Amino acid sequence: MARPVVELQGCTKDYGGVRAVDALDLAIFEGEFLSLLGPSGCGKTTTLSLIAGFVEPTAGRILIDGEDVTGRPAHLRGLGVVFQSYALFPHLSVFENVAFGLRERRVPAAEIGRRVNDALELVRLDRLGRQRPAELSGGMQQRVALARALVYRPRVVLLDEPLAALDKKLREGMRDELRAIQRSVGITTVFVTHDQAEALGLSDRIAVMGRGRIEQLGAPREIYERPANRFVADFIGASTVLRGRAVARDLVAIAPGLTIRVAAGEALRTGEEVELAIRPERVRLAGGPGEGTAEARVEGLVYQGSLTEVTARLGDGQRVLVFVTEPAPVRLAQGQIVHLQLPPDAFMVLA
Amino acid sequence: MSLRLVVLALAAFLTVPTVVVIAVSFNPTAILSFPPAGFSLRWYVNVLTYPQFQRAALNTVLVTAWAVALALPIGTLAALALERARLRGRNLWAAALLSPLVVPGVAAGLGFLILASSLGLLRSRSVLIAAHVALVLPFVVRSVWVSVKNLDPALERAAASLGATPWRVFRRVTLPLLRPGLFAGALFAVVVSVNEFVVSLFISTRVTEILPVAMFTYVVNYTDPTIAALSTLFILATFLAVWVADRYLGLGRVFLQH
Repeated sequence: MARPVVELQGCTKDYGGVRAVDALDLAIFEGEFLSLLGPSGCGKTTTLSLIAGFVEPTAGRILIDGEDVTGRPAHLRGLGVVFQSYALFPHLSVFENVAFGLRERRVPAAEIGRRVNDALELVRLDRLGRQRPAELSGGMQQRVALARALVYRPRVVLLDEPLAALDKKLREGMRDELRAIQRSVGITTVFVTHDQAEALGLSDRIAVMGRGRIEQLGAPREIYERPANRFVADFIGASTVLRGRAVARDLVAIAPGLTIRVAAGEALRTGEEVELAIRPERVRLAGGPGEGTAEARVEGLVYQGSLTEVTARLGDGQRVLVFVTEPAPVRLAQGQIVHLQLPPDAFMVLA
Repeated sequence: MSLRLVVLALAAFLTVPTVVVIAVSFNPTAILSFPPAGFSLRWYVNVLTYPQFQRAALNTVLVTAWAVALALPIGTLAALALERARLRGRNLWAAALLSPLVVPGVAAGLGFLILASSLGLLRSRSVLIAAHVALVLPFVVRSVWVSVKNLDPALERAAASLGATPWRVFRRVTLPLLRPGLFAGALFAVVVSVNEFVVSLFISTRVTEILPVAMFTYVVNYTDPTIAALSTLFILATFLAVWVADRYLGLGRVFLQH
């Protein structure tokens, strides 16, 4: 992880009056798998298009291997792109789809044959070279698109929600396969997704994006366990965010009768407004009132098989989401009073 | 049952004139009468040996070939521009390009006549060709436009990302995928151009006139079944062209995709 392969410096992209990407700085390093994660409209796909050269930044620079490529058209950037819709050429066979990049590079025919077959083998589609894309299943088309983007050994491969069009079961299989292929080829990868589970499972680093900016950049565990702000906490795994006031440097009063001691290392100023996040799977139901519990009223119940999603409201009106694994310790009903066990070490202080 | 009758009546109404013309073309006597008095091919021989028809047939081939050859690239670029370009007043441009469909032939013919005479090109075939380009252009633009709308822009981006220059993207991806629209547009253009009469009448001479005009001139002077024989050949040719296109080029699909 020495020199960045791709670097965005202060990149801004406006569409009409709308700012899609806002003064973005990002460095992507050799061999890493970096995800751009965020809700739709956060600028992640625009960021990908900027790197690929499909759109030009309104301001800022883009560097590949330290060389300024701002303004250089897509066909001269030599990157590999996999599109959400796969974008396979319907009038060409699978073989010719994969061979496309090699033919444009005027690679000799014999070598094209060998390399295309190698690439199809890599994605386990050898023997299907003569088929038309339309004759393949969604998962197979996805793999053709991947082979097509990898066959000419690009510096970086850009994946735009490549799994979004697949059904759930297939998506999980493809996710593992994608990771395995990426590892075996060792190619620098930028992966755009709105699915936090995909990003957490695949990435070396995740850039969580919102409103055209990077809200947090870090390893999956870091993003999940130490979200930098409310946006990240919210987006990564439906957190509950509670508002409170610091009463000491490590004590936050949230509701009457509910004071949380936060982890050491957090130096709070007394009287300061503080936001604390807690994951729904860390909240437990207690049998009755006790140390570190809070009274709440059950407002919503969604049975999901292995767990039940409970929405409860504290005395002061703040909502807490709880995942209760089956079998539930107490019988749950709408309007019922429950006692929530809120372990102090489960709280994350948001900036 | 009654619905079937309606359909039957309608089909008869639409095809009876054609059937009458075809039947009359085999009439052995020199009168345009129905039903025919017997069977003869003499009028077909007459069609093929009448010098003015031979000249007009050659003119038709020339004018149509030129008109289609010019209208296809122009119409394709226009369709691409209408769909892709950042165009102020897109609807206005589209209306202008499609307007020959709704302008009466007499008005268009008069317009071309005045233009041609003011340019001193009254006897020139190029004016006739230019007029045909204008008249077939709406059909080319319409058909190609449908194909452009169906073309996923991600395909062209994909080709660019794979290293294809804009020209190579156009050659290897855009053009092949526009093929159904191009075929349909070309077919329509041929049919329209070959059958065009009103505008052509205004701006052609005895030397440049195309078949429909030559037929009209013939009818004005003679009333024998020669014209029915030529009409029958016309019907046959048009029918064959449409059938081949539908069968082998999937013309139906171009319109159903929309």
